[in-house]
Amino acid sequence: MSWLKFFRGKQEETPQTASQAKERLQIVLAHERISRKGEDFLPKLQKEIVELVAKHVAIDAGRVNVSLERGGDLSTLAIAVELPGPEQAQRAS
Amino acid sequence: MAQVIVVTSGKGGVGKTTSSAAVATGLAQAGKKTVVIDFDVGLRNLDLIMGVERRVVFDIVNVISGEAKLNQALIRDKRVDTLSILPASQTRDKDALTKEGVKGVIEELSKDFDYILCDSPAGIEKGALLALYFADQAIVVTNPEVSSVRDSDRILGVLQSKSRRAEEKRDPVKEHLLVTRYDPARVERGEMLKLDDIQDILRIPLLGVIPESESVLKASNTGNPVILDGESQAGQAYKDAVSRFLGEDRPMRFIEAEKKGFLSRLFGGRAA
Ligand SMILES: Nc1ncnc2c1ncn2[C@@H]1O[C@H](COP(=O)(O)OP(=O)(O)O)[C@@H](O)[C@H]1O
Ligand SMILES: [Mg+2]
Repeated sequence: MSWLKFFRGKQEETPQTASQAKERLQIVLAHERISRKGEDFLPKLQKEIVELVAKHVAIDAGRVNVSLERGGDLSTLAIAVELPGPEQAQRAS
Repeated sequence: MAQVIVVTSGKGGVGKTTSSAAVATGLAQAGKKTVVIDFDVGLRNLDLIMGVERRVVFDIVNVISGEAKLNQALIRDKRVDTLSILPASQTRDKDALTKEGVKGVIEELSKDFDYILCDSPAGIEKGALLALYFADQAIVVTNPEVSSVRDSDRILGVLQSKSRRAEEKRDPVKEHLLVTRYDPARVERGEMLKLDDIQDILRIPLLGVIPESESVLKASNTGNPVILDGESQAGQAYKDAVSRFLGEDRPMRFIEAEKKGFLSRLFGGRAA
């Protein structure tokens, strides 16, 4: 270890955050570049899924929750639909 | 009723988004139900600073245009459970935001939240005007630098004439000065405007002084609002500012240059 390194030791201890910044940017920009080209498909997809579910049970559009986790290789889209109890569902049909 | 707070400045790059993320997180940590809205349509960045960029599905424009419900667009923070984020749209242009639309969003949020923070875009155009229009309070972010102080003065004028409170001739928007990127060593050397000078010119109550700090870049790299870094001076200064906002007394810290020892003078150690 050079004497310079010895005196600068403290800097080397701190974890490197720039690599995290790069990784986060690569993921989010990959997704943004795709959606910049075409129309964002998510609102449409959600609407169609809700319509499909509504064909079978009475649901409240406000009780549909969409959550997304973008990853580098894999993104997950979770759609949670709060279904009414059996009684309400029967009344609706 | 929720309090609507705009974080504004006129000038860009002074620390509005950094401050919005920090103050919102701080208020939520104090147990206040807080939502922070990104008004920078087309140039969204609050999601990155808050570290929720991978979880954005819908945004404020989707809500206003009826494509999504508000609760679907809100992102619940995973670190502080009383905190939510409403992202800006990245693809639409600024005209997608309308006064009526924003009013609807704020009214609906008012039912569930104690504080609604609006992270304003730079400038004094439509986006900035909409961000401040519904404000009850304003945090004016200012750097110790001539153009920033001038732009802050300009935005204070806008708050006093173009906000809803001004238009309806109600009590004025409550103004707070937040000086950021303050470098006491440079102030001491006479290279940078002094805190007293800024206060003299702007004449609004001082909420806090955030020192220039390397920890801010580290925070944005990792997507953690700097207020969560309790060891950094910037994090502590934001914590103090939030406490003052909530009515507590806190002495101003980090406004004097640190007396440097021989070694740090030699190797130029900088503030954490
Ligand atoms: N206290 C501070 N110390 C060092 N850098 C800061 C500080 N506050 C903000 N910055 C940096 O200044 C730049 C602009 O900040 P940002 O919050 O995006 O400003 P705005 O939203 O006003 O455009 C960013 O690079 C940010 O990391
Ligand atoms: Mg910003």
